[in-house]
Amino acid sequence: MNKIEQPKAFEIINIADEADDMKTFTLKGTLNALPGQFVMVWLPEIDAKPISIACTTNNNFSLSIKKVGPFTTKLFKLKKGNKMSVQGPYGKGYDLKKYKKIICVGGGCGTPSVVFLAQVAKEKGIDVDFIIGARSKSDIPLQKCLNNIGVNLYTSTDDGSCGYKGFATTRLEELANTNKYDCIYTCGPEIMMKKVLDFANNINIDCQISMERYMSCGFGICGKCCLDDSGVCVCTHGPVFDKKTALNINELGKYHRDSTGKKIAF
Amino acid sequence: MNLSTNLCGIKIDNPTILASGILGVTKSSLKNIAKNGAGAVTMKSISKEPRKGHPNPIITTFEAGMMNAVGYSNPGIEEAKKEFVDLKDVGAPVIASIIGSTADDFAYMAKRFLTDEFAAVEIPLSCPHTPGFGTLAGQGTPKATSDITKAVVKNTKLPVFVKVSPNIPKLADVAKAAEEAGAAAITAINTAGPGMIINIETGKPILANKFGGVSGPAIKPIAVRCVYDIYKAVKIPIIGLGGINTGRDAIEMMMAGATAVGIGTGIYYRGPEIFKKVADEIKEFMKEQDYKNLKEIIGIAHE
Ligand SMILES: Cc1cc2nc3c(=O)[nH]c(=O)nc-3n(C[C@H](O)[C@H](O)[C@H](O)COP(=O)(O)OP(=O)(O)OC[C@H]3O[C@@H](n4cnc5c(N)ncnc54)[C@H](O)[C@@H]3O)c2cc1C
Ligand SMILES: Cc1cc2nc3c(=O)[nH]c(=O)nc-3n(C[C@H](O)[C@H](O)[C@H](O)COP(=O)(O)O)c2cc1C
Repeated sequence: MNKIEQPKAFEIINIADEADDMKTFTLKGTLNALPGQFVMVWLPEIDAKPISIACTTNNNFSLSIKKVGPFTTKLFKLKKGNKMSVQGPYGKGYDLKKYKKIICVGGGCGTPSVVFLAQVAKEKGIDVDFIIGARSKSDIPLQKCLNNIGVNLYTSTDDGSCGYKGFATTRLEELANTNKYDCIYTCGPEIMMKKVLDFANNINIDCQISMERYMSCGFGICGKCCLDDSGVCVCTHGPVFDKKTALNINELGKYHRDSTGKKIAF
Repeated sequence: MNLSTNLCGIKIDNPTILASGILGVTKSSLKNIAKNGAGAVTMKSISKEPRKGHPNPIITTFEAGMMNAVGYSNPGIEEAKKEFVDLKDVGAPVIASIIGSTADDFAYMAKRFLTDEFAAVEIPLSCPHTPGFGTLAGQGTPKATSDITKAVVKNTKLPVFVKVSPNIPKLADVAKAAEEAGAAAITAINTAGPGMIINIETGKPILANKFGGVSGPAIKPIAVRCVYDIYKAVKIPIIGLGGINTGRDAIEMMMAGATAVGIGTGIYYRGPEIFKKVADEIKEFMKEQDYKNLKEIIGIAHE
């Protein structure tokens, strides 16, 4: 019974502008995390929210965070040299199995989680294609990081200001026509992930998706992230789900719940 | 060995019950716990209006258990009425849980929310950390317990379980007041405290609410004593909970006088599978010690 869930403070050693309203915070210390796992970032007396682990090295790890509301706005006030408290890592990560060639599809603030996956995949000698979907050029995160990792990067923007003009899912369909992938990994807006999942199902290749649901505890007790109809928690059974499980998530692409438990349609 | 039990006329396959507020926010999550072997399941407490609850962290843990100040987040009566329908899909009896600040609130909730799909209704008069509810609203006195219990009993045909706080010195008086007001069972105990845990790196309390109710192994001896005292005071059955993690813990609670046992924090240590595990461990113990049925165990600490 020596399980304990309490936050730990890490020094912020770097803050980098990543894209529109997105920053990468590099923290000194190790987490022992797997790609797809997340932490609860804690601002004392304010709140704590789930954030994916974007990258790890031997001595530090980083979180790439988009400013979207009150919590992330306060988080953006932290400076280099300050401490950031995190708790975790939590959740089940991606499974790379014995795959040789994979493709990742990241969108918005879902991108960091698949970037960490790409990093680990490359370290294992797996060939990685990577699609980032964004509104426009200034909205594409983690390009430098992905170039360093050495993936084949394909950008797609709604306005065509960088790379392909159009949806990431259309780009995926084109690439899958000419390449043989063992698995598609995706994290991003749920409507996009649902399309990716259905596509993978149609062409009969493996797929893993990483879901976002309102989370409070992060360790399977509060019940706010339970899925219909299985009733399992996204924080402990996910956030990554394999194709077979994902296809059975009835609420996928249809609705999520707010902090009260009320259903909100996508 | 057969663990099936009759709790106020509700037939349950085994004496383990999901405690209110741990998972249980949706019908699907109740179904998942029933699938994992719970004899019955209690839903998260529902209030008249939707409640966001406290900001995070709402739950933290320490060496001997858990501390929470969720703040009764729930979608409110109207959404909950849509969520908790066709309850036979759940696969185990569902116990409703309703909250309010006054006896009138409870009467309203009982009248508008409860349907005969539920097996029973639990009224927690005992939350130690949410302003306007439980002990912070003065619901832990014999008088308030009597008024609220009567208000609920008048507005439902379901058996009414009154959930009590370990923080009350004369707990037996509260249990008696509930019994006299028509309660069908006593649920004991709610969380203890409130307590506080300070993160020493930042020098700040961890819970956003600063203090919270303590549950898990730390409160087990207190829960056993409370159940023991209540058993002496009333004739109605007791659902014993507080720190139950294993079949042996459950047996101990039943020896103190519990007819059935609740499990909440135990899910943190052993996962949702804890219900089946505890039921199996109860059977194992009974076989070892040559007990034929649960009746031989319940209350034997008093003999
Ligand atoms: C597993 C997981 C991993 C995530 N990883 C990242 C990441 O790497 N980078 C990143 O920028 N964002 C990530 N998010 C989203 C991030 O948690 C939200 O953007 C953040 O909580 C917003 O808080 P806010 O107060 O700034 O905005 P708010 O205005 O409160 O919320 C904006 C939106 O964020 C979502 N949100 C708010 N609170 C929560 C919560 N407690 N749990 C889940 N979603 C919430 C809601 O959909 C809401 O509509 C992740 C979410 C999950 C569930
Ligand atoms: C996270 C959490 C939330 C809870 N929410 C409620 C609630 O909404 N209503 C209620 O009656 N009790 C609530 N409780 C109290 C439990 O039902 C139970 O009485 C207490 O935790 C002791 O049992 P345990 O040690 O097995 O957890 C909550 C407890 C926890 C840990």
